[in-house]
Amino acid sequence: MLTFITQKKSTNKLTVQLLIAGVFTLGLAACNDNDNVAKEVVVVPVVPVTPAMEYSYSVTLTNLTYAQPLSPVAIALHGDAKMWQVGQSASVALEKLAEGGDNADFIALTSNMATMTSEGAVPPGASVTLDISTTEPMATYLTVATMLVNTNDAFSGLTGVDLSTLTLNQEKSWRLNVYDAGTEQNSEAVGTIPGPADGGVGYDATRNDIDLVGYHSGVVSKDDGLSSSVLTQAHRFDNPAVKLTITRTK
Amino acid sequence: MKVIKQSPIKSVLTVLALSLASSTTMAQELSITVTNLTQGLHFTPVITAAHASDNHIFMASEMASTELQAMAEGGDISGLVSMLNNADANINENPAAGLLAPAMSTSFTLTNDSTNTHLSLAAMVLPSNDGFVGLDSWVIPEAAGTYTVFLNAYDAGTEANNELRGSGAPGEAGMPVPPPLEAVIGMNGTGVTDMESNSKVHIHRGSLGDSDMSAGTSDINNSVQRWLNPVAKLTITVQ
Repeated sequence: MLTFITQKKSTNKLTVQLLIAGVFTLGLAACNDNDNVAKEVVVVPVVPVTPAMEYSYSVTLTNLTYAQPLSPVAIALHGDAKMWQVGQSASVALEKLAEGGDNADFIALTSNMATMTSEGAVPPGASVTLDISTTEPMATYLTVATMLVNTNDAFSGLTGVDLSTLTLNQEKSWRLNVYDAGTEQNSEAVGTIPGPADGGVGYDATRNDIDLVGYHSGVVSKDDGLSSSVLTQAHRFDNPAVKLTITRTK
Repeated sequence: MKVIKQSPIKSVLTVLALSLASSTTMAQELSITVTNLTQGLHFTPVITAAHASDNHIFMASEMASTELQAMAEGGDISGLVSMLNNADANINENPAAGLLAPAMSTSFTLTNDSTNTHLSLAAMVLPSNDGFVGLDSWVIPEAAGTYTVFLNAYDAGTEANNELRGSGAPGEAGMPVPPPLEAVIGMNGTGVTDMESNSKVHIHRGSLGDSDMSAGTSDINNSVQRWLNPVAKLTITVQ
């Protein structure tokens, strides 16, 4: 599997530079016509005051796993930031989402400018579609997060994706891999997994793992060599675990 | 570049024109970040090279070279370095100055000659017998921008995956155990297999491991040192 993602930021910058250059060239040409290069007149374009523009997105998430229900899906629009990063420590809000499937703190983060959560869990093979809107011009970055509930602290999602280049009705799609919050050892032990496979404890403030977010190594299960595991072969998963599609609707 | 006094606007346009023209004919500067996405694997010194389209440091479903074998079994990239030097490649060696620990990143710049249009990368993954993270001949884009490539783990096909402490020397059984691995892998395993029936480079089937740190079949810890692909992320910014 080899995936390419092209970010066209630089190209856009170049376009802007060319546009600016173009504007200046026009300005100079006008001055030459007047034969009065010394008195350059700078014309500041008047920006008309319009009511705040609303941006709306439709987000569809599909659970691609065999037997890993996904916890209520958290969606947030925010400024230019990532809510987790490989090699960094998970926030407590993310830890609660990844260990217990509880997205309340994650949704309530003050950096969020618009949020949405699915009503309940998303079963294997099911999809959920959520709409999210904002009039905040800075809220052009998207984060989506959900726990694979039959694990210790596995979650999937994406964070800090720039939506500013998305045109009306344009659709973008991703196949998402599974992260490990790094906050709880993958013991798979009885009482440590909140999903239906165990019904154990979700969030525990103790951090007894690497304490760095990374990609998940998968569950082992009692059927594949971890006799103390409460999980079976059915709970194993592979990448990708989630399909996500976003469409700008307004 | 000739310096001629002219209006600032013309200068800007000239520079823009030059930079647009140069992308296809001159050296490119690449800013590269390698991220070890795993939480349980170390990468041995990473080698990254821009090379001509007909060079490869490995190819899936082909036999590994002895140079690749030395990298994949023991993390020794010196053979690959001389092979690539002989092919006039542009090379970056060992950017993390040693092992790239789980979830860590390392960054460097690589300037590639106009004929070196393809990018490849390799590093052994530990613990493994002959597993490596690899990129074979990614076409370097001409357009400026930031590109992301996810990398999988391969098996060099040169050594049986016995998953036991052993040697990093080519052709010798077992896994090398540099200091950070010493405390985190098991010992006294009886061995997962002594066969390597697919001797060509292939996608690694993953480690089996076990949950017994002092016995069992494997010295790999099954709840920490297994992996799912992809195992690494490459972020490449073409200036």
